[in-house]
Amino acid sequence: MNDSTQSTPKGTVAQERIAVLRKNKAFVVGSSILIFWIICAIFGKLIARYEIDQMDFEATYAAPSGKYWFGTDGLGQDIYSRVIIGSRLIILIAFSATALGTAVGASIGLIAGYLKGTFDMILMRILEAISAIPVIIVALLAIAAVGGSSTIITILIIGFIFAPNVARTIRAAVLAEAEYEYVAAAKLRSEKTSHILFKEILPNVMPTLIVEFTVRLGYAIFAVATLSFLGAGVEAGSPDWGTQVADTWSLIFSNTYWPTLFPAIAIASLAVSINLISDGLLEVFEL
Amino acid sequence: MTPPTLELRDLRVTYTVRGIDRQVLRGVSLSIAPGESYGLVGESGCGKSTAAFAAMRYLPRNGKIAEGSILFEGQDMTLMSDPEVASLRTSAISMIYQNPLSALNPTIRIGHQLAEVFRLNGHSKEEAFVLAGEALQRVHIADPEKVMRRYPHHLSGGMAQRVVIAMALASNPRLLVMDEPTTGLDATVEAEVLDLVRELRRDTGTAVLFISHNLGVIRHMCDRVGVLYAGSIVEQGKTADLFSNPSHPYTVGLLRCIPRGGLHKNTDRLDTIPGTPPALGAQLNGCVFADRCAHVEEACRAATPDLVAVGESHTVRCIFHSKSASLPRAIDSLSVSDADQNDQRVKGSRLLDIDHLSKAFTQDGHSVQVVNDVSMKVGVGETLGLVGESGAGKTTIAKLILGLTGFDADSHIVLDGKELAGTLNKRSVQDVGAMQIVFQNPDQALNRRHSVTHIVSRAVQKLGGLSASDSTTRARELLSSMRVDISLHAARPLQLSGGLKQRVAIARAFAGAPQLVVCDEPTSALDVSVQATILNLLVDLQKKDGTSFIFISHDLGVVRYISDKIAVLYLGRIVEYGDSSQVFQGPHHPYTEALLSSVPNIDGSIRKRIPLTGVIPSPSNPPSGCVLHPRCSRMAGSGVEHLCTSTEPALNEVEPGHFMRCHIPLDQLRTVQTQ
Repeated sequence: MNDSTQSTPKGTVAQERIAVLRKNKAFVVGSSILIFWIICAIFGKLIARYEIDQMDFEATYAAPSGKYWFGTDGLGQDIYSRVIIGSRLIILIAFSATALGTAVGASIGLIAGYLKGTFDMILMRILEAISAIPVIIVALLAIAAVGGSSTIITILIIGFIFAPNVARTIRAAVLAEAEYEYVAAAKLRSEKTSHILFKEILPNVMPTLIVEFTVRLGYAIFAVATLSFLGAGVEAGSPDWGTQVADTWSLIFSNTYWPTLFPAIAIASLAVSINLISDGLLEVFEL
Repeated sequence: MTPPTLELRDLRVTYTVRGIDRQVLRGVSLSIAPGESYGLVGESGCGKSTAAFAAMRYLPRNGKIAEGSILFEGQDMTLMSDPEVASLRTSAISMIYQNPLSALNPTIRIGHQLAEVFRLNGHSKEEAFVLAGEALQRVHIADPEKVMRRYPHHLSGGMAQRVVIAMALASNPRLLVMDEPTTGLDATVEAEVLDLVRELRRDTGTAVLFISHNLGVIRHMCDRVGVLYAGSIVEQGKTADLFSNPSHPYTVGLLRCIPRGGLHKNTDRLDTIPGTPPALGAQLNGCVFADRCAHVEEACRAATPDLVAVGESHTVRCIFHSKSASLPRAIDSLSVSDADQNDQRVKGSRLLDIDHLSKAFTQDGHSVQVVNDVSMKVGVGETLGLVGESGAGKTTIAKLILGLTGFDADSHIVLDGKELAGTLNKRSVQDVGAMQIVFQNPDQALNRRHSVTHIVSRAVQKLGGLSASDSTTRARELLSSMRVDISLHAARPLQLSGGLKQRVAIARAFAGAPQLVVCDEPTSALDVSVQATILNLLVDLQKKDGTSFIFISHDLGVVRYISDKIAVLYLGRIVEYGDSSQVFQGPHHPYTEALLSSVPNIDGSIRKRIPLTGVIPSPSNPPSGCVLHPRCSRMAGSGVEHLCTSTEPALNEVEPGHFMRCHIPLDQLRTVQTQ
């Protein structure tokens, strides 16, 4: 006999976490909204009621009705369809940019936090300098320099600007983690540094990384919407929420609110959903 | 007749964890008379701390009193309003926690914190400061004025605990609840704090509820003892009765697990208690101990056994208490014989030579000598025990040997005839793999994101040179030989108990058949019954494979049990070194003597304590002469005081194989120590 008679069923912790998440109202509401928009982004064509560039010159600025649920814009295009289809671009850009920023930032954070010393110090000073630059201004300048809006450029710029923040958060987590003795145990079996970083330490900072990803995603959505509102960020003519708001916001004063209201609600709902999700995750991971 | 100071009547406490109410105390009844000291002992998770908090009606937010009552001087605290309870806590009941530094506010000076307690009890600001100074004097703080101006982080653990005690006594409480008050402290400091508590109790007549996992401490501090198991008091009685005549199988088992003076791995195997305590809130029918009891019969599971009186005020909750003394051993008393050794290595032949090992760290531009000219040898199949107070350099020496920290020039470590480089990346893969470590805290030593099999198979792969597929098979075998059940191989470390985690860590350390394993306090985070199984496992592995150990522990009983040789360290220096029997039987170095005398032993014999006064000096500013001289109790009257204060003694061979760093001649030490 020994002390192995007591066993806990496999996967209990993960199962309990999921159970807690399902009870967390913020997380449930947030993920429902996000799932809705992801479905729109993927299957938008099936949900939309008209082609996005189909114009009805009989009904420009038509108020919401049975025919046009969210009304139409100045070209007689169906706003409902444009909002649904418009989710694709913002989600694509925001997710890609955040993924890029998180991947680059996490790698830098891991290396800096593990190696410490002079390398860490120099790297972190550079990153601090980068993160002092305002996102929108750099993006506008870069787009002007490249000569024209492009999805790829937007993704690269937002990713570049986000990386330092992610790196700093991950570095702090790695600094604590590297003191743990499982790292010493790995060194005592002559593991390569890359193995220690990515196989030993990375899984343990994953909760921090996931939460950081969702937080950055929320910022990215704002950044993309802001850029397209300012006329940069996406190719002209795309059914983009920020562009739609930018094109029509002055009409609010003449009571033609619908071309602005519905894309604005869409932006807000997506941003709020991401924040709700990250709140829920924070609670579950007990960070 | 005066009512008892504290009485718990059939107290049931539940914690709500993830939405489910889990029972932690299952009907605890006890009473503490005015001026009495009551000890509550048991393994972790049995509800000791919950009982302490319940005594103040101060449960965590998710805890609630489901049934029963808490009577303080006859008044039921469960019926009181919150302000009434709060006023009791300021004026009549005080609590002392395990970690004194977390009980003190780090941003407020000691004087202010202490004075605040007096002000709460109605004194003016000026009076409060005067009283605070007096309170510090009462707990033997030499320079109260100076200490009052300090912040908590300026104080050592022992000093901080004195301040906490002064604070707890400020209101002249009628009840003092102490929850593991000395657990984080060194043995020498622990002994001083316990002496202080005993003295204050004699002067003030305060009733004490004393909670500890350490049976020796309870034995010395308490008039009566209750043994708590799974939230239920299974045995209760006068301390001497209970220790001399334990009547519950759990108490019997607990006492048998402890490596007491004299037991040694070569002749004795430690007994264990099979199984583990039930999980928090588990549904238990009948006797709470039934699942782990060798005497269990159907009647035990049918209904909760009644309390039976087995002596004057000695009660036990066991149907078969009369045969508890003859409880069969959980494991064979015979140790694995040396003949079972299946290795070609010759026991005792030379394995590791450490010569003039030194390490200086640079701190704020100053060089701090943490390890100072340490030389020792470890033979094949031998255990070298390292003992000393915290800060003596034990763990640093382990890291230097393993190469996790580089040693200074002119230090030499020779393993099996090969001189080793200082750092890991300059050592060959074989040399790195030849020495492994088992850490104190398996929670940090095992990667919590990896499965048990992965942890061990990776070690087999890298250290044993097996392919990925072979390594999984080998890892399974290895884990099974460590008696980690196959059903747990896919689990993550978090899902295992402390003892199981340590088994996995041991399996990992032994994955590549190392020549030497450093065990850095491998059992100090574990309960005594689990400690016994882990020590047995280590001894078996050593006998089977001829592995050598460097065993670091602050528990002298454990070190004595497992070691062949002992090195006693003080301030990064070896002060005594020799065979285990020589070091323990004496004559001792004055420091070793003080260490040994500070251990509260469970057989209850009163031993004259050799005080080790004052704090451990900082290695950045060591005392002149012999580094021990400011704290040495044998220097005065030795006739060599001038040498002690001026010249550092060399490590001399005083008997064959027995080394000591002391100016006092051996015969003189022998004479004073046998008096």
